Amino acid sequence: MTNLIWLIPILPLLGFLINGIGNKNVPRSVSGWIASLSVLGSFIISIGAFGTLMADPNLVIKADYFEWLSAGSFTLDFGFLVDRLSIVMLLVITGVGFLIHVYSIGYMHEEEDYARYFAYLNLFVFFMLLLVLGSSYVLMFVGWEGVGLCSYLLIGFWFKNNAYNDAAKKAFIMNRIGDLGFLLGMFLIFQTFGSLEYDTVFAGARQMTFDQPVLTAITLLLFVGAMGKSAQIPLYTWLPDAMAGPTPVSALIHAATMVTAGIYMVVRSNVLYVMAPFSSEVVAFVGLLTALMAGLIGLKQNDIKKVLAYSTVSQLGFMFVALGVGAYTTALFHVVTHAFFKALLFLCAGSVIHAMGGEQDIRKMGGLKKALPVTHLTFLIGTLAIAGAPPFAGFFSKDEILAGAWTHSYLIFGILAVSAILTAVYMFRLYYLTFHGEFRGSKHQQEHLHESPISMTVPLMVLAVLSTVGGFLGMPEIFHMPHFLNNFLEPVTGWADLYAHGHASHTFEYTLIGSSMVLLIVIIYLVYNKYVKDAHVPKADHLVTGFQNVLANKFYVDEFYNTFITKPLNVLSSFSYNWIEKGFIDRIVNSFGYLTNGASGVLRLVQSGHIGLYIIAMVIAVILMFVFKMII
Amino acid sequence: MLSLLMLLLPLVGMLLIRMVSDKKSAARVALLLSFLPLAATIWHATMFDPNGGMQFVFDKWWVESMGISFKVGMDGLSLLMVLLTNVLVPIIIFSTFDRDIVDFKNFYSLIFLMQFALVGVFTSLDGFLFYIFWELALLPIWFICLLWGGADRIRITLKFFIYTLSGSLFMLVALIYLYLQTPLPHTFSLDSFYELALTPSQQGWIFWGFFLAFAIKIPIFPLHTWQPDTYTNAPTQGTMLLSGIMLKMGLYGIIRWMVPVIPAGIAEWAWLAMGLSVVGIVYASAMAIAQKDFKRLIAYSSIAHVGLIAAGIFSMNMMGMQGAVFQMLSHGVNAVGLFFIADILIDRYGNREMKDMGGIAHVSSPFAITFTIILLGSVALPLTNGFIGEFMLLNGVFQYSGWLALFAGLTVIFGAVYMLRAYQRIMLGEAGEASKSFKALTSNEKILLYIIVALVIVNGVYPKPLLDIAGPSLSAILAKAGVVSM
Repeated sequence: MTNLIWLIPILPLLGFLINGIGNKNVPRSVSGWIASLSVLGSFIISIGAFGTLMADPNLVIKADYFEWLSAGSFTLDFGFLVDRLSIVMLLVITGVGFLIHVYSIGYMHEEEDYARYFAYLNLFVFFMLLLVLGSSYVLMFVGWEGVGLCSYLLIGFWFKNNAYNDAAKKAFIMNRIGDLGFLLGMFLIFQTFGSLEYDTVFAGARQMTFDQPVLTAITLLLFVGAMGKSAQIPLYTWLPDAMAGPTPVSALIHAATMVTAGIYMVVRSNVLYVMAPFSSEVVAFVGLLTALMAGLIGLKQNDIKKVLAYSTVSQLGFMFVALGVGAYTTALFHVVTHAFFKALLFLCAGSVIHAMGGEQDIRKMGGLKKALPVTHLTFLIGTLAIAGAPPFAGFFSKDEILAGAWTHSYLIFGILAVSAILTAVYMFRLYYLTFHGEFRGSKHQQEHLHESPISMTVPLMVLAVLSTVGGFLGMPEIFHMPHFLNNFLEPVTGWADLYAHGHASHTFEYTLIGSSMVLLIVIIYLVYNKYVKDAHVPKADHLVTGFQNVLANKFYVDEFYNTFITKPLNVLSSFSYNWIEKGFIDRIVNSFGYLTNGASGVLRLVQSGHIGLYIIAMVIAVILMFVFKMII
Repeated sequence: MLSLLMLLLPLVGMLLIRMVSDKKSAARVALLLSFLPLAATIWHATMFDPNGGMQFVFDKWWVESMGISFKVGMDGLSLLMVLLTNVLVPIIIFSTFDRDIVDFKNFYSLIFLMQFALVGVFTSLDGFLFYIFWELALLPIWFICLLWGGADRIRITLKFFIYTLSGSLFMLVALIYLYLQTPLPHTFSLDSFYELALTPSQQGWIFWGFFLAFAIKIPIFPLHTWQPDTYTNAPTQGTMLLSGIMLKMGLYGIIRWMVPVIPAGIAEWAWLAMGLSVVGIVYASAMAIAQKDFKRLIAYSSIAHVGLIAAGIFSMNMMGMQGAVFQMLSHGVNAVGLFFIADILIDRYGNREMKDMGGIAHVSSPFAITFTIILLGSVALPLTNGFIGEFMLLNGVFQYSGWLALFAGLTVIFGAVYMLRAYQRIMLGEAGEASKSFKALTSNEKILLYIIVALVIVNGVYPKPLLDIAGPSLSAILAKAGVVSM
């Protein structure tokens, strides 16, 4: 299995080349399946590699293919590393990725540019796999920027629409801001450790003393990269806009995989982050703030995809809190369960939008459960999972994050618990408004309501099963069952775990589970009353006032960036062009020319042709020469 | 001997092309003739030993009484620059295939003369010879811009000519000063310049002599104002020669004639040179954001890119040097690609205003795909040639100063801002009336774009051959400057 690792990214790359170069010559019936099967192939190889790794806790598969960069004695190999961390990511990417590819076959069947869509999707999978397979920070960065590119291409997939193009551009540029941080972090790593390979860097870091400024700087710079890619404050506003892309793309890139790259990066660098407690505090703080803020915004959104987008931002915040408090495996656990239920929710949303003929406003939906039974049921499962209802997947991972926060700081725990409550509120609001009550759309839409084709519903069902049982990967201690994921990842995070703050008490665990269950039931009851029993429908946008209006307008952060960054940049550029470039620098240059012209015009007068004048000039010159000679 | 052969081959092309009288076959013959120097270069590359120092040396007295010799030769650095020249010239000639060139004999002759002078600059090992080739290079490009240029060509080319010429005079002074410092009998040979025991203050003065000449040619902020006008007004092939190859003369000159000869002078002034380069990166990026004319936008982005290359060189470490040399090659390829795209747009729309375009991606997907990939090379996306250079350059600058690297790194963001914005205006959105009738790419245009795309990707995925050629030569140059490369 070891020597097949290279095939994992290469298969999707081949799929990309076939669909990309063949483009419209590839038959429509084939193109989607080529793309899907290439990802399935990678999934099967990943399972094989998983088996190999299971057998031996100390095994790390490493393969160097060729020397990529060199300068003096510095060399960097293009090499892959598969350890227990990367294999978890590989399975999620290829597994969930495959399901979303299959779903896309149905979802995109009316699309004119079918092959281009699948080419981009495969290219994304290729870069995402590169990101987790690379054995150095540079290769991670290759994947890191590569997925950013694919995200750009897919958000702007329908490029006739300039609003979509703007969203795509915004995503790319915001990610680039983060990437500059990542780059600088890498340069500092290189300066400090003389290498960018994980092995060398982490071995070097383990030798260092705790809380060194350079480690703080490195980890903060890398985290700037994570803020961009994983949509954390202040670089998160691109993600809601990214919903302009086709819905399966939102599921794959903007929920399940790409946006979790930042979490992967921190888990990968856990040795560095453990050594830099200040950075860890920053990570926790940013995550916490993001979780709360995005949760609040999610309460007042009426676009089905926007609610899910803010929910994703908020859930990513949860994961960063886990990372910040040193619970690395917990963060990864939530990555996995979130990949299941958020992909599921997005795909369900896609199914709803499909049935509604493109409508995304939940105020115009309602009562869809009859027409879309499979979508309804699977969406409900996803909602229960994200809200943290036992025994669904999100229950276990979210519970673990809350427990981790509790051992770290009561304040973090308190705010995070509020965010968790918000999650349940906005999700059930979304669920009830969409699937219950009376249908509020047009007559035409009502007649055309239909359950999606089987290629779309089967992935929903598989993901629903995963969202139901996925939590058993990590059972809490009180259930006296082995925590599979913790044990499995021990070789990766074991060293960092030595610094962990200990575990929450059993009493706390019982209290947490008990109270969260009660709270959840109360929330569901209240939300049900408001939106189903009282048939409350959110007001039209222009009628919303006060704080609700602030929430509906997402705290005006976009407007803030627009006024204070984008516009000034444009104005400053034009100003500099007209006044500094043309009006100042170039004017100085030209004045040299005019000066020469003018001076020669004056000098020309001296050559007047009067012999007498020449003789006088000669005499003066000779006298001057003598005077000069005498002085020296 | 061998170097001499390669140097003279463009002159053969220059003479032979004059015998062709038919316009259509002239382009083909010119292309064939341009393959001769390319073939010779590849032949040299196969025989080249990266660790063998200066190779293929030809050395004969030229004016013995004045210590001027005709000495040419190549190390890895020279070989790569010659390779860049001789790869790009055929591409530049190829770009004329579907265009109507008036007075084509003189046009192709001047391109070949330009090639001769450029190869001369990159292989000269004698200060005087270097200066002769340096000035010679200015003549053909001046004629190309003057005779085939756009509306305002006379004023603009005059400014270009005088500006760069006056810069070169400072270099001449520096070279003569160095010459006078050599032991009797004086000589202009580069080897003898290495032996000089110059005081730091002497080196500081010589620094300015060279730097002014090179900085104007590159150009480095604030000596750049001749460039956007000239690039925009020159015919496409002239712009390609200028940006693809000619500006590398200045960067090459820094590495060859400044780094090993006056390291103390660089040490004294590097802060200023790097400061200007980095200010130039940010400033030129801001200028690019303000542009409405695509060709002018690329001209400004070029200033930003070469600013980073200069900063990488002045950081005086192996990382920066390797990155600089690699980026010179990448920038050459990408600039030629982007200016060719501008040429296609001018050919189709008759002007360069981006607001008149839009929606081309619907009409021509080969154009959209190749444009995208070349653009990605320009914004340094990993696995393109631009990334390799930019990564190493920024890393090199970072080793000199983290803060400078932060500001230089803004190119990562700004580059994406102006390039994506331009791409959106030109290619995306609804296709207007003008774009609906966008004439499909000819097969020649497609082939040229595919060649550029292949160079962008191959060099980005597997840069090792090029890095290996440059490596030992650059270590040797840095060692002469007293920098032990790690």
